[in-house]
Amino acid sequence: MKAFTYERARDPVAAARAVAARQGARFIAGGTNLLDLMKLEIETPTHLVDVQDLGFDRIEPTAEGGLRIGALVTNTDLAADHRVRRDYGVLSRAILAGASGQLRNKATTAGNLLQRTRCPYFYDTNMACNKRKPGSGCAAIGGYSRQLGVIGVSDTCIATFPGDMAVALRLLDAVVETIDAEGLTRAIPIADFHRLWGNRPEQDTVLRPGELLTSVTLPRPLGGRHHYEKVRDRASYAFALVSVAAVIQPDGTGRVAFGGVAPKPWRVEAAEALLPQGAAAVTARAFQGATPTKDNAFKLPLATRALAAVLAQKD
Amino acid sequence: MKFDTPAGPNPIDRMKVVGRAHDRIDGPLKVSGQAAYAFERREPANPAYGWIVGAAVAKGTIRWIDTDEARAAPGVLAVVTARDAGPLGKGDRNTVRLLGGPRIDHYHQAIAVVVAETLEQARAAAALVRVDYDRAAGSFDLDEALKAAPATDDDGKRARADRVGSFETAFAAAPVQLDAEYSTPDHTHAMMEPFASIAQWNGDELELWTSNQMIDWGRSDLARTLNLPKEKIRFHSPYIGGGFGGKLFLRADALMAALGARAVGRAVKIAMPRALMANNSTHRPATRQRIRIGASRDGTITAIAHESGSGDQPGGGPENAIGQTKLLYVGANRLTALRLAVLDLPEGNAMRAPGEAPGMMALEIAMDEMAEKLGMDPVEFRIRNDTQVDPARPERKFSQRQLTRCLTEGADRFGWSNRTARPGQVRDGRWLVGMGVAAAFRNHVSRPSGARVRLDGGIVTVESDMTDIGTGSYTIIAQTAAEMLGVPVEAVVVKLGSSDFPASAGSGGQWGAANATAGVYAACVKLREAVTQRLGLPLDATFANGRVRSGTISQPLSKAGSLVAEDRIEFGELGKTFQLSTFGAHFVEVGVDSYTGATRVRRMLAVCAAGRIINPKSARSQVIGAMTMGVGAALMEELAVDRRFGLFVNHDLASYEVPVHADIPHQEVVFLDEADDKANPMKAKGVGELGLCGVGAAVANAIYNATGIRVRDYPLTLDKYLGQLPQLA
Repeated sequence: MKAFTYERARDPVAAARAVAARQGARFIAGGTNLLDLMKLEIETPTHLVDVQDLGFDRIEPTAEGGLRIGALVTNTDLAADHRVRRDYGVLSRAILAGASGQLRNKATTAGNLLQRTRCPYFYDTNMACNKRKPGSGCAAIGGYSRQLGVIGVSDTCIATFPGDMAVALRLLDAVVETIDAEGLTRAIPIADFHRLWGNRPEQDTVLRPGELLTSVTLPRPLGGRHHYEKVRDRASYAFALVSVAAVIQPDGTGRVAFGGVAPKPWRVEAAEALLPQGAAAVTARAFQGATPTKDNAFKLPLATRALAAVLAQKD
Repeated sequence: MKFDTPAGPNPIDRMKVVGRAHDRIDGPLKVSGQAAYAFERREPANPAYGWIVGAAVAKGTIRWIDTDEARAAPGVLAVVTARDAGPLGKGDRNTVRLLGGPRIDHYHQAIAVVVAETLEQARAAAALVRVDYDRAAGSFDLDEALKAAPATDDDGKRARADRVGSFETAFAAAPVQLDAEYSTPDHTHAMMEPFASIAQWNGDELELWTSNQMIDWGRSDLARTLNLPKEKIRFHSPYIGGGFGGKLFLRADALMAALGARAVGRAVKIAMPRALMANNSTHRPATRQRIRIGASRDGTITAIAHESGSGDQPGGGPENAIGQTKLLYVGANRLTALRLAVLDLPEGNAMRAPGEAPGMMALEIAMDEMAEKLGMDPVEFRIRNDTQVDPARPERKFSQRQLTRCLTEGADRFGWSNRTARPGQVRDGRWLVGMGVAAAFRNHVSRPSGARVRLDGGIVTVESDMTDIGTGSYTIIAQTAAEMLGVPVEAVVVKLGSSDFPASAGSGGQWGAANATAGVYAACVKLREAVTQRLGLPLDATFANGRVRSGTISQPLSKAGSLVAEDRIEFGELGKTFQLSTFGAHFVEVGVDSYTGATRVRRMLAVCAAGRIINPKSARSQVIGAMTMGVGAALMEELAVDRRFGLFVNHDLASYEVPVHADIPHQEVVFLDEADDKANPMKAKGVGELGLCGVGAAVANAIYNATGIRVRDYPLTLDKYLGQLPQLA
């Protein structure tokens, strides 16, 4: 871990300004991902701006009939909120499918969205990684790629976004709200928030330097049956091989998004229209153009079968 | 005390303390944080901190190494590399040098230690050590390397296959045959406590606090590596947070702490970073196994062959996956063979139940497959082929062998008769449900073991370099001394894990409990003699309730005052005259998700026959831990090899998955009531590894019973089943 300086921000604009003003400055909240990455020198920030006093820790109804979730609401509190459990069950289930109780107590809503990939080559600083060190190459391509991406990846990076919560947020069409050093706010649809790697895999999201995530809003509830099916080798405390978030309406229509397969939560609206035709039709469309490796080609049939399991549930 | 005739009646047979479930006497220290593990010690005061730098390539040479920037970093006291370390030897039990450079033998081999005032400073400076490597091509692909690998014995010396009768002829003539190949992957020990050491020099004498299963081995090999007389080293390891064979040997933390401490002239503390552990240290090597079994139609095995190939660093040895096949089942015609390839992956070596763990994972699937071919119940098939003698040398009997009883009792308790023999028939909602069985087998190993026992005012103090790796050694040693001297466990103080005490069997190969307590028994016999002599009582006096009694004369033990006795148990030829082994049966029920292929274990039962069980509570803990490890091996554990760069890629606990609580359902353990008088005066044998042997295959067989899909390539992850699961509706 490299030595760094630290400050505790008092207001959001000052926080954004502090990060924008310094090369290598980063926000820190729960620190459940960033501190590990710093210890391994995968991330080497020179300055940390602690945002935990900024008060974004409430869940409030919006005028549109949805919910606004403060960026600092912990994963534990969000999953346990009675309105979330009642109206956005898929979100609660997705959160509880991830990490452990201890981590969820510290991890925040913003931090969860900003967690970095779990590609093992990203984690080993002896290995080439365009995401960790732009231009150094990608050791994962041609290497051990069982956990890695099957779609939306590029020839510079085949990593996935590893989270669960974001898959549910994508399904729900959440909106990410930010503020910058000038005090300007921005609302970013979650669909646009995480990037496909393209030629810049070091850039996970569309956030600009110093842009601070303040809240995530959920539109009005969708109704329907809520599912989060997470498939993994062990029963808990593991990243998804494939996950399926779905809201299914009584008439068989609905929404579906996949986790563990791509640089971002993977949702293809055109594929959702095929839900009444069954899982295979949906995934054939959703994963059109997939480029799996030999190690992870199983994720494609697995996604179909996991979705079929969801569609078979009647209660 | 030489143990060379079967044990007669002795004070342990009273079973007033031994044989009873007893809480760990070190439990309160551990749960309250007072048991100081190596890195947690507050003494010596004011240590400096070391951080190990691991090689970034798997094979090659260091062209240059620049430590200037690291040396100039804040707080840095020294940087030690092979260049600065002076001439070093190599431990007898280390295949590969612990400090690399200029030659690099494997990925993450230690090449430097940075010593600084704080851990953070050492870690930060370690990243500033610049190294330029000349990378060499290496052998990283086991399947490729095995193509030209020679046959060896279990030490790695060239040897021919071991044969009894004529396997080929008998196999060809057998009306029912199986010929199948199995593979097991590399495993890492993944113990909770990392390798950790504190070293301090006093002049030319070194004192080391570390985490090591075998005090005398570690001390001897550290002395050899540092070119010191062994007597110059004091070596302590009182508490160990798991080892599983990873801490049988001297490792880089201890050596680098010693070198760092010598360089800076003060104590140095090192814990190996988790990310270095899998590649820096040893691992259970992957195997490629072929098993052929021929049987007559009544299910009697007439021919059995087991061949296994594995790889290791030059000078290393094979994974002896065939050992159990020499002893477990009948068959007049037999063939067993090992092959050893040279690999430039990290050193392969012992991990819990080396040999039998991967060997049983293959053999016991083969037995299940064979039973199916014969149309026999797999329990019945195993019983049909049980033997009371060494199949290769029928004049040699097992000292005690109750495999059949383990199988039948287990079948009764588990409800085996409810199993549907035809696979893929039982559904529970979306789950396909199945049951599997496997035999458990692990040899018992006799090793000399010493102890010193002091009596002072009625308090008994036992001193031995025996280690407690979480197994319960402290407790069973206290129980042994209490039984021998007729005092309550509370009157016994146990001091372990230091080279200041008599050398013991140590902890490994499931030999610790039986041998170390036998050593304590021997010392207690001597102490009893001294006590009776001092009290003027005959040698056959009875020690009970804190008193020593002979006829109508009874004296308090405390009246004997202060006495000390030391002895060690040594073994004669009984272990050759008789085959000493432990037996069991594992039963497992699984559910396999008919959609995703994910397996979840539902129930597990182990029935164990392992001689006298000294403490049923700690023995049960050993067995359920082993069963858990078996579930890991069956379903998830695999070090992923990058064959281009020659490393285990998933070198942390997020990516090398071991079971979590949610993976482990109800576990039941039954110990048959045994006492093996050919083993030692305790009449006890090992049990901690028996609990692992066969579990993986029992899970695999249960999955087969659930799905009708036979996978012979561990771990049995869902991707290997997906293509053959029931069609989607």
